[in-house]
Amino acid sequence: MRAAFKDSIHQALADPDLRGALGRFSVAYKASRERAYAGLDFEAVRDRVRDVKAHAASRLDELAAAFQANAEARGVKVFRAQSPAEVKAYVSALARERGVRTIVKSKSMATEEIHLNAHLEAEGIQVFETDLGEWIIQLAHQRPSHMVMPAIHLTKEDVAEVFSREVEPGQAPDIPALVAFARDRLRGRFLEADMGITGANIAVAETGSLVLVTNEGNARLVTTLPRVHVAIVGIEKLVASFQDIEPILTALPRNATGQLMTSYVSILTGPLQSTEGGPRETHVILMDNRRSEMAADPRFREALQCIRCASCLNVCPIYRLVGGHVFGKVYTGGIGTILTAWFDGLQASDEIQGLCIQCGACKDVCPGRIDIPGLILEVRRRLVAKRGQPLVQKAIFALVNNRRLFHTMLRAASLAQKPFAKNGFIRHLPLFLSDMTDFRSLPAIAEEPLRDRFRRLVQPPCREKAVFYSGCLIDFSYPEMGEAVVRILNKAGIEVLFPEGQTCCGAPARYAGAYETAAGNARDNIKALLADGPDYVVSACPTCTVALKEDFIATFRSLGMEEDLEPARRLAARTFDFSTLVKRLVDEGRLSFKEGQEAGISTYHDSCHLKRTLGAQAAPRELLARAGVEVREMAECDTCCGMAGSYSVKLPEISAPILERKLDNIQATGADRVVMDCPGCVMQIRGGLDKLGSPIRAEHTAVRLEERLR
Amino acid sequence: MCNLSGLFRERAGAVSAEVHAFGRAQEALAFLGDFLPREGGTSLWAPGPFLQAAGRPRIPGLAFDVTREAAAAAQVGISQMDWAIAATGTLVQDATTVEQRLVSTLPRTHVAILGTGRILPDLASLLSIVHPDRAACLSMITGPSRTADIERVLTIGVHGPARLVVLLVEGIPS
Repeated sequence: MRAAFKDSIHQALADPDLRGALGRFSVAYKASRERAYAGLDFEAVRDRVRDVKAHAASRLDELAAAFQANAEARGVKVFRAQSPAEVKAYVSALARERGVRTIVKSKSMATEEIHLNAHLEAEGIQVFETDLGEWIIQLAHQRPSHMVMPAIHLTKEDVAEVFSREVEPGQAPDIPALVAFARDRLRGRFLEADMGITGANIAVAETGSLVLVTNEGNARLVTTLPRVHVAIVGIEKLVASFQDIEPILTALPRNATGQLMTSYVSILTGPLQSTEGGPRETHVILMDNRRSEMAADPRFREALQCIRCASCLNVCPIYRLVGGHVFGKVYTGGIGTILTAWFDGLQASDEIQGLCIQCGACKDVCPGRIDIPGLILEVRRRLVAKRGQPLVQKAIFALVNNRRLFHTMLRAASLAQKPFAKNGFIRHLPLFLSDMTDFRSLPAIAEEPLRDRFRRLVQPPCREKAVFYSGCLIDFSYPEMGEAVVRILNKAGIEVLFPEGQTCCGAPARYAGAYETAAGNARDNIKALLADGPDYVVSACPTCTVALKEDFIATFRSLGMEEDLEPARRLAARTFDFSTLVKRLVDEGRLSFKEGQEAGISTYHDSCHLKRTLGAQAAPRELLARAGVEVREMAECDTCCGMAGSYSVKLPEISAPILERKLDNIQATGADRVVMDCPGCVMQIRGGLDKLGSPIRAEHTAVRLEERLR
Repeated sequence: MCNLSGLFRERAGAVSAEVHAFGRAQEALAFLGDFLPREGGTSLWAPGPFLQAAGRPRIPGLAFDVTREAAAAAQVGISQMDWAIAATGTLVQDATTVEQRLVSTLPRTHVAILGTGRILPDLASLLSIVHPDRAACLSMITGPSRTADIERVLTIGVHGPARLVVLLVEGIPS
């Protein structure tokens, strides 16, 4: 990361107005979105959105041709543009021919994408944005920081200052007054403009219709008053049939702003009647700008399922800290990172893609069912494939894959820090590593890794066999978690094996875009874990479980390693995360808990991969409840803790405030323990609590349950 | 039908529309006779079946010749809606003729008249009966104009009407 980019992160983090606004909004948004979907099945709605949009993405050219034919049959002029330059040239020429001096615009991301305003202004045309947020941004000479709320980063004081400087001195920082001022000043612009430019939220191929959605009513004025209307529409807005509007109009207002319906929705087909009576001159520019290329890419085609609701920004723990001027270009946040990689070129997304923490919160709410974190990972992989893996990283992965050597070196390093280690924690690290311990204590490295302690474990005779996959943290730092798993499974009549050949799950390599290394890890692990023909493969780390169940297959597929898919699928089929397996054993009556005892109050932290990839949020809670633990929910229980593997090392300045918020939420419950299923989260949260001197204990579910089992 | 109208009133009210229900056309006209002069300024009523049936009611300040200049100067715009969606509190109109759009965009207050029998349950039922072949411009209106672009504070009345008054009337022509 360039120093300038790091600086922009620090500046954003230090801006209390920005963090306050985005933080408050993220909380309010979650509640209003939930209310808006009351009585509706969101999963069913988004299945339909996905189907409509995926279908359209698979035949963009055909739909564009149909749109053109149907709109032109009604008297609209349709121009299909490949490049931004063609769009700009078309609009300029039209403006010249029609003697256009002023233009009013309603909000259009497509025109932001091609920087149309600057182009038209250079030709001597006055351009007025009319969406309030866009007008503010235009006057302030900035770019939108959010796709739906462009000026969310500005306070009323900022707005008053911009209005006073750019329009008329003396504006007070009073929101209703500022809004009234905008209405008053823009009213004349609407009435005198020669041309109106809009985007479109949906373009219907079979009827040649455009659907425009606004809350302010500006799009209705822009499409009613000026004598020429030009709509600039990215071809991903196309849908096949008129009925396809319904799922999109159901999801868009609910997901974008938590509304049941946006104030004004217009469905325009053919030229409208002008205020002079005749049909008004209407042009639709269907803009490609690499969208067809995206549609032809088997991985990125699904990005065209985006309906630009910006919910991926609203739920993103990183966006709410740094905002869209850091996390994005024209398009911001998660989907913005992907669109930037296409519209501005792969290289342009290099820094912003590194901000994604891979927590998956966006994937959970995306109405188009886009695997946003997966596509960001694919951007990362392509960047690494293009410029090669850094040498230092190569050396690190080589070391990580040699387990004994890795442990020896970690242990040596941790012993070298002995003066700093206390109560099993490292509280300070010297020099360049100090960022890592600034906001949390790190765990000390266990004297003996689990793989060595394992040999001494005495297990009863059992009728079933499970293989334990430890992952780095349990092997090297938290062997007691692994031992708890063994004792629990033993009680259910399952013998636990620890195959020596198991190695890193490959997640660090995969998340760094180094897929060849990840594939090597996958092969080694599959061989080691399946060798003994186990009934179960179990891991107490959700990230490792996801690697075993899903990522191995995905990595092989990305690299075209077809012959490796079958064993990967066999492994996936018998792999369980700890809580899901134990819940099953409890349900089968093979494990039971001590009765009657009061086991204190715990709060439960949902680890990202456990909840959002494995869908296992109920199992650990039910287990804790059956074990006599009172589970008291915290706010934002499923928001990332900020650990995310090496993320907290690369971007400690972002990881720290995410952890801080998590710790506040934990403390607010009054619980004496916080329980979770992921050793990485334990490391982050336990380290944070230790740094605070809090008496709250952070524990793995396995450890919490073991003492409560009969 | 009763349920649909109740749900519509609730949902439209929730987004700051003011809904008044009348059993007879005369009551709605009497309401306007009282309401329009109190609003002050001029009012502009766009053509529609109810207006046609009612003749041109004589109310001070009320005019019927809709031009962009008249609409820009009017305090109140009046028009008849064709349908409503109960689930979202939405009014729907075939706004193909420009008069319909002018009176519902430019004046500060929009009075929307709707026959009670025109309320549909949801968006899907609307899209199953309307079609672009029959209406070049379909306008859906849910509450007055709003923005939250400054500090996420909801503010009513940006570019469109700041007030939306809905008159639900039994048994009027549509």
